[in-house]
Amino acid sequence: MLAFLIRRISQSAVVLLVMSLLVFVGVFYIGNPIDILIAPDATPAEYARAVHELGLDKPLWDQYAIFLKGALHGDFGNSFVYNEPALKVILDRLPATLELAFTAMFIAVIFGIPLGMVAGMKANHWIGRNIMRFSILGFSLPTFWVGLMLIIIFSVQLNWLPSGGRGETVMLLGIPVSFLTLGGLAHLILPATNLALFKTSLAIRLTRAGVQENMQMDYVKFARAKGLSETRVIGLHVMKNIMIPVITVLGMEFGSLIAFAVVTETIFAWPGMGKLVIDSIGVLDRPIIVAYLLITVTMFIIINLIVDIMYSILDPRVRLGQER
Amino acid sequence: MRNKFMAIVTVCMLLLVCASGAFAQTLTIGLKGEPTSLDPHFHNVNANNEQAIYVFDKLIRQDERQKLMPGLAVSWSPVSDNVWEVKLREGVTFHDGSPFTAEDVKFTIERIPTVPNSPSSFTAMVNAIKEIEIVDPLTIRFHTEGPSPLLPRNLATFNVVSKKYGEGATTADFNSGKATIGTGPYMLVEWKRGDSIIYKRNDNYWGEKQPWETIIAKPITNDGTRVAALKSGDVDLINFVPPADVAHLSKDARLTLAKSPSTRLIYLHLDSDRDYSPMVTDNDGNKIKNPLKDVRVRKAISKAINRKAIAARIMEGLAVPAAQMVPEGYEGTSKKLKPEAYDPKGAKALLAEAGYPDGFKITIHGPNDRYVNDGDIAQAIAQMLTKVGIRTEVITMPKSVYFGKASKLEFSLMLLGWATDTGEHSNCLSALLHTYDKDKGFGSANRGRYSNPKVDQLLEEALVTVDPKKHNELLIEGVEISLGEVGIVPVHYQVNVWGMTKDLDYKGRTDGYTLPRHISVVK
Repeated sequence: MLAFLIRRISQSAVVLLVMSLLVFVGVFYIGNPIDILIAPDATPAEYARAVHELGLDKPLWDQYAIFLKGALHGDFGNSFVYNEPALKVILDRLPATLELAFTAMFIAVIFGIPLGMVAGMKANHWIGRNIMRFSILGFSLPTFWVGLMLIIIFSVQLNWLPSGGRGETVMLLGIPVSFLTLGGLAHLILPATNLALFKTSLAIRLTRAGVQENMQMDYVKFARAKGLSETRVIGLHVMKNIMIPVITVLGMEFGSLIAFAVVTETIFAWPGMGKLVIDSIGVLDRPIIVAYLLITVTMFIIINLIVDIMYSILDPRVRLGQER
Repeated sequence: MRNKFMAIVTVCMLLLVCASGAFAQTLTIGLKGEPTSLDPHFHNVNANNEQAIYVFDKLIRQDERQKLMPGLAVSWSPVSDNVWEVKLREGVTFHDGSPFTAEDVKFTIERIPTVPNSPSSFTAMVNAIKEIEIVDPLTIRFHTEGPSPLLPRNLATFNVVSKKYGEGATTADFNSGKATIGTGPYMLVEWKRGDSIIYKRNDNYWGEKQPWETIIAKPITNDGTRVAALKSGDVDLINFVPPADVAHLSKDARLTLAKSPSTRLIYLHLDSDRDYSPMVTDNDGNKIKNPLKDVRVRKAISKAINRKAIAARIMEGLAVPAAQMVPEGYEGTSKKLKPEAYDPKGAKALLAEAGYPDGFKITIHGPNDRYVNDGDIAQAIAQMLTKVGIRTEVITMPKSVYFGKASKLEFSLMLLGWATDTGEHSNCLSALLHTYDKDKGFGSANRGRYSNPKVDQLLEEALVTVDPKKHNELLIEGVEISLGEVGIVPVHYQVNVWGMTKDLDYKGRTDGYTLPRHISVVK
């Protein structure tokens, strides 16, 4: 286990280094942020001053070296636009995104897995077929369209829920959260549902396939023969087996929920990281873009690690130390 | 939250019925842009400048048509060619109750060039000031390097901060509210990044009584979401209503729209300097001498553009055809210049006369995420030019890529926009049409490198002529010559649209700001 961890961490360091270089060079070649940031009537002297202050007059490699040196100390540089440490600007937005992603994941799990089990056991029943129809819709409808539909139906027409923003927040362990207030919860429902739609469909399909496969297995027949109740067979034995692929896939998907909630955050004016990075790309705020992508990569690495560990707990045949 | 808000609104309506003149409580506005900082001197960009006037005041204000009017200064006048005297308003206090004096003005002007890491500062607005002389707490004299007729205009661009709180304050101190202590109509309560900025009324404000106790400004960058927020009643007013939504919003009985022309000019810059331009070829694709150097070709391009059609169809009526760089009625605008009429025959004749009877090939470049319908305008212009024989291709790109390339002179014909924050013509003339001169600071946005020594001379003379009448005459002559030679091709001014609930009244402003002080409840 320890050897596995050490190997994984050193691999991750290399991945991060390569990633930082790619992103840095890529953003450098898109253009010079100062052309967008500066007032158009600025004099050339003012232009030169701003370029110098932001360190944009140095050659690419110097800029990269400065960045790397800072990054090793946890300093990703100051955002050009906000004039505050890039990491701080991003971490300020992180709770909002995490809250949205967790809620979406929660919705996906509590609806997706039971629905998937029903669909698996009643595959030929009209209920099962309708669940599958729903999951096809969930897969194929574009997020932005569903988001706008949700707003039009629930905010504009019915006037039940707010159309965007985060609403009231309260502090929980020093982090602002909105799911503990009624107003905050009302703001959370639509974007979380929008974000959860795809993942719910995914959970339905994975669970259904798992159920159908496991129901044919000998251990199910054996358990039934032993006289175990149907609830116990499905709720414990089958469940445990189908959870392995479901956890693996949903775990990896959770990373993408956090990293790519961009569309949902933009449509619902949700003040999270996704919206921040889109705004930052628009004005080429390099420190934010680079820091954001590195944080995302780190997050994927950590999530994969956790998934691997959970996998080995659920299925003892998987031994972490011996994957070669 | 919602119900509480509805209850408040209902109570307010009842109060209004009972006693006219009662003031409503909370105004929630949805804004397209979020400020990058609440430090009024950090980043000279519209979204920041707009929020700064909520909390701070300028020495000299601009009215809805950008005419100068007294702000913290009650009067300003030249005492000699190189000295302006400004009398300050009496009895003004900051939000904490401390008095406003000349020291605060001096501090502000000295702070502007020192804000660290500023991507775009107000330094150019105070550069002319060589010495600040405080005559008494309410009188201040600005000694300038040379005659500086534009000083009042420049003083109308930045906000005055408090010396007490501003000294040693960083941009972060302004963002957190620690240093955001102004003299303005509203006090900052809280800035929740990406979500909302909350203000409460400053009851000791020196100026007009403010109609709103609380202002909640919400940034909603997505156009569709902003419109939905208004329709669902989440916000009371939004700015920058997208043209495509104007028609259906105006049919909604619960809403009203306000339209105001803006100073945002959409124009074409043409490479009129180099012998060979990168994006021009003959019809077979071979390099040719740059036809855009010929004034007849530039005139032909201007004549080939059907401005009325662009305004009516592509802008859905939300554009005013333009003849110069600032709309009529502003300082330094010519009464002679009229928008070029659509004249394809005339354009063809001019092209033939210039030696291009069969036209040539050119590429028009434009951004696709910067101005209203920018990509579509470029497409339309390309079709119009192709019609008169100039076979035009279109390439549009995101602004993050576009502006850098345009500044590096990689294009021959390009679509751009210009908004005159100072509300007069010298600013456009010196940035867009004066010969590019890095050392003197002229022509910084002259991406076509148009150059005419006579225009340069007129502008430079105007910039040191303090007498307003003479100053204006020189500017107008410069504008008439440079636009007569088609240094740029003006297309139109954008019209800004605000949407609000039926019970509100806002007329809009040419600078596009959404200012609560002008938003009132319909009685």
